[in-house]
Amino acid sequence: MKQSIIDQFAHIVGEKYVKQSTSELLAYSYDATANFQRMPELVVSPADTAQISAIVKLCIQEKIAIIPRGSGSNLAAGTVPYNGGVVLLFNRMNRILDFDQDNLTITVQPGMITANICDYVEQHGLFYPPDPSSMKISTIGGNVSENSGGLRGLKYGVTKDYVRGLEAVLPNGEVITTGGKLAKDVAGYDLTSLLVGAEGTLGIITSITLKLIPLPRFKKTSIAYFSSLEHAAETVQEIIANKIIPVTLEFLDKKTIVAVEQFMHIGLSTDVEAMLLFEQDGDEVTVDKDIMTMTTIAKEKGATYTKIAEDEAQALQLKTARRVALSALSKLRPTLILEDATVPRSQLAEMVRRINIVADKYNVNIATFGHAGDGNLHPTCLTDVRDEQEMAQVEKALAEIFDGALQLGGTITGEHGVGEMKAPYLEWKLGEAGIAAMRAIKDALDPHHIMNPGKIFAKDTKKRVVVQFG
Amino acid sequence: MANIAQDVRASFQEHVDENLLMDCMRCGFCLTSCPTYVHLESDEANSPRGRIALMKAVRDGFIDFDDSVKHSFDLCLGCRACEPACPAGVQYGSLIEQTREALHEALPSKGVSKVVENTVFKHLFVEQNNLSKVVGLVQFYQKSGLQKVTRKIGFMNLFPKNLQAMERALPAPPKKIDKVIPKKTSTLRVAFFAGCLMDTMFKTVNDKTIALLELAGVHVDVPDNQACCGALHGHTGQMEHGHQNLIQNVEAFDSDDYDYIVNNAGGCGAFLKEYALHLKNDPTYRDKAARFSNKQIDISSLLVKAGIVDLLKEAHPTQQAVVTYQDSCHLRNVNGVIEPPRELLKNIPGTTYVELPRANTCCGSAGIYNLVQPKMADAILATKMEDVQSVSPQFIITANPGCLMQMRAGIERENVSDRMEAVHIVDYVYDALHG
Repeated sequence: MKQSIIDQFAHIVGEKYVKQSTSELLAYSYDATANFQRMPELVVSPADTAQISAIVKLCIQEKIAIIPRGSGSNLAAGTVPYNGGVVLLFNRMNRILDFDQDNLTITVQPGMITANICDYVEQHGLFYPPDPSSMKISTIGGNVSENSGGLRGLKYGVTKDYVRGLEAVLPNGEVITTGGKLAKDVAGYDLTSLLVGAEGTLGIITSITLKLIPLPRFKKTSIAYFSSLEHAAETVQEIIANKIIPVTLEFLDKKTIVAVEQFMHIGLSTDVEAMLLFEQDGDEVTVDKDIMTMTTIAKEKGATYTKIAEDEAQALQLKTARRVALSALSKLRPTLILEDATVPRSQLAEMVRRINIVADKYNVNIATFGHAGDGNLHPTCLTDVRDEQEMAQVEKALAEIFDGALQLGGTITGEHGVGEMKAPYLEWKLGEAGIAAMRAIKDALDPHHIMNPGKIFAKDTKKRVVVQFG
Repeated sequence: MANIAQDVRASFQEHVDENLLMDCMRCGFCLTSCPTYVHLESDEANSPRGRIALMKAVRDGFIDFDDSVKHSFDLCLGCRACEPACPAGVQYGSLIEQTREALHEALPSKGVSKVVENTVFKHLFVEQNNLSKVVGLVQFYQKSGLQKVTRKIGFMNLFPKNLQAMERALPAPPKKIDKVIPKKTSTLRVAFFAGCLMDTMFKTVNDKTIALLELAGVHVDVPDNQACCGALHGHTGQMEHGHQNLIQNVEAFDSDDYDYIVNNAGGCGAFLKEYALHLKNDPTYRDKAARFSNKQIDISSLLVKAGIVDLLKEAHPTQQAVVTYQDSCHLRNVNGVIEPPRELLKNIPGTTYVELPRANTCCGSAGIYNLVQPKMADAILATKMEDVQSVSPQFIITANPGCLMQMRAGIERENVSDRMEAVHIVDYVYDALHG
């Protein structure tokens, strides 16, 4: 990048907040996605919305790509530079702007860590439910841009369900505000919803107003083991049929359980096919009743073992397996690719079966765990990026998993986003007309394609081979 | 520069284990546990994930090594707070040691910190006698009253601020301990690892360590021929100078008579625990090192095991005091010892234990970090003292000599030495039983 342009960035944000050394550029060349890495040309840390607007205008003039980045914890290469450009950080925009206990909202800057928002509002008896696994390090701006899910999604929904209003800098440098502290607002197109999950391709979110709810008073946990996948899946369906919506309903398959046991030696029985973890929150009476009912259903559906936690310490113990699942799996091979194929809840068992068929077919190691309650699975591929032959097999396997999910009325990504990684598969889900509609929006708002290029829209769509799962 | 970059890359390929690098899946869960990341406005280049990415990029030739990369490695405290935060069990401590070894081999010697490091490592910490001489001088300096004079004329003003505070934080010269009559019986037999810094600058703490164990009925041996643990060598990539220390210690403590090998310095303890790792490829010492590492225990854990809490509960309150505890990073992050020191403090009559907010974050001492990275160490210490002030303790208890000196420096820095004191946990527990 020309020095004269770097000087202009420095003029906008201050010299100290422009990074360009080797180590600084390298540090922003990746995110949490395996096998994606490219160097940016510059890294800038603006202090406020006005500076971001000035940066955007400079980038339009000089045709420079902007990659907005929070903590870089996303799993779809959504924040990896595509072809140089400027990485825009929010490390100086990480404060609470307004906490409104009358309207039950909190307005924050995008760089704030999600867990810090949760901790803050919980001190005041309020609750921000979306809890992506990375919440201790992920920023709320990243969560909003990816529309992140989490373990509590079944009962409480995902990030978009809590975004009431936004301030954003559009790709032309203009600043807009959408929504507000309002429970109802139908004034025009819902631009809030358009920007949530847009992965930084339609503008840069600069402030976020979140809806809060009262903090549930009580919580309880139980687990159940099953000797058949179908029994676990039937349990999930029966629970919902009984009009119980638990706060979490997590699933671990055999491979994951075996990996956890090898890693932790906590005495899990490894001859089971599935484990379910139930949690319910709310008032004590309802929680007790729901946990009892869910455990009874599990037994009726053939659970080989069930256990209700008697206290917080025991609950923590029961949750160990789910908590360390990813760690345990990561130990098996050098590279871990975490997917998030999602199907309607009723297709859970069939989807797990399909994942196993594909894994066997391509001889790749795939373990599956995830959010059973909302059909959001995490087929986790354990491989080695250095082995090109194996990686080719992995790619084929993942493509067939996406195809398998779509056949069941599912999607290629439930909560991680499209980014660069899933872009070649997006058309499988949306169809040509769907992609064209999205592209029309993109072209209208960002005609110069400076906003996070290479994400969502792929140069080429992968050829889809429809698989027969028999 | 091109040649240096090539040399460094080759050195990384030789010293830095690719498989350990591959363990990092770049999830970023370590970020907020890292003191430099937090103190540099979330600077990824100074985070554990960033540093591992830099190691890999240098090793793979994805980038050319330069001063900016070196700076990221230099600024790492080695506190290893990232390890408990890591879901993939990345051995960051090994990686940063290997990186420093690779740099030490490839880079030409230069700079002030290099001189400091060389003096400290090649000479002082290898030969315990040398250290005793230096400490002898320090004690002479303190006893003679010269210290007061130099403080008065402002000699220390010539040094950076942190060194001044450090100077005022030097420990008082030792006093003799009386003979111990056991108050309990125990079948435990242990060997005491004295530690070079503890055995010289903090000699009374060592005497009290033995006295406390004997009070609990534990039989304590202090094997001859023990050497400095070698941690400071390892942390700065100079294991070649520390290697002989490892061998010497493994030999000195190799006896079936000992149930445990006890130490009272968190930094040493973590390193002693990792002898097995350092000697795993040495066919002669591999097994001895494994035995040695398996027997390691810190003084707080051993005192709890030996039942000293019973004695503490019965003791007459010697004073009413609010105390807090600053974790030793290595005791907590590497050896996983969190509760035992707290359990001791919570059971002392008259003592009100208050948990220090963010007690688990590094105080900035980190071996000789406060000497070679004064600016960052001071920023970290400032944050630490803010947390300390929020608790207003009369005593800050620590479990490692480096932390102890740094907390004393912090007390001087904040000008609160009239109402606050930093002491080693052994000192505090001993005094509680010997009013």
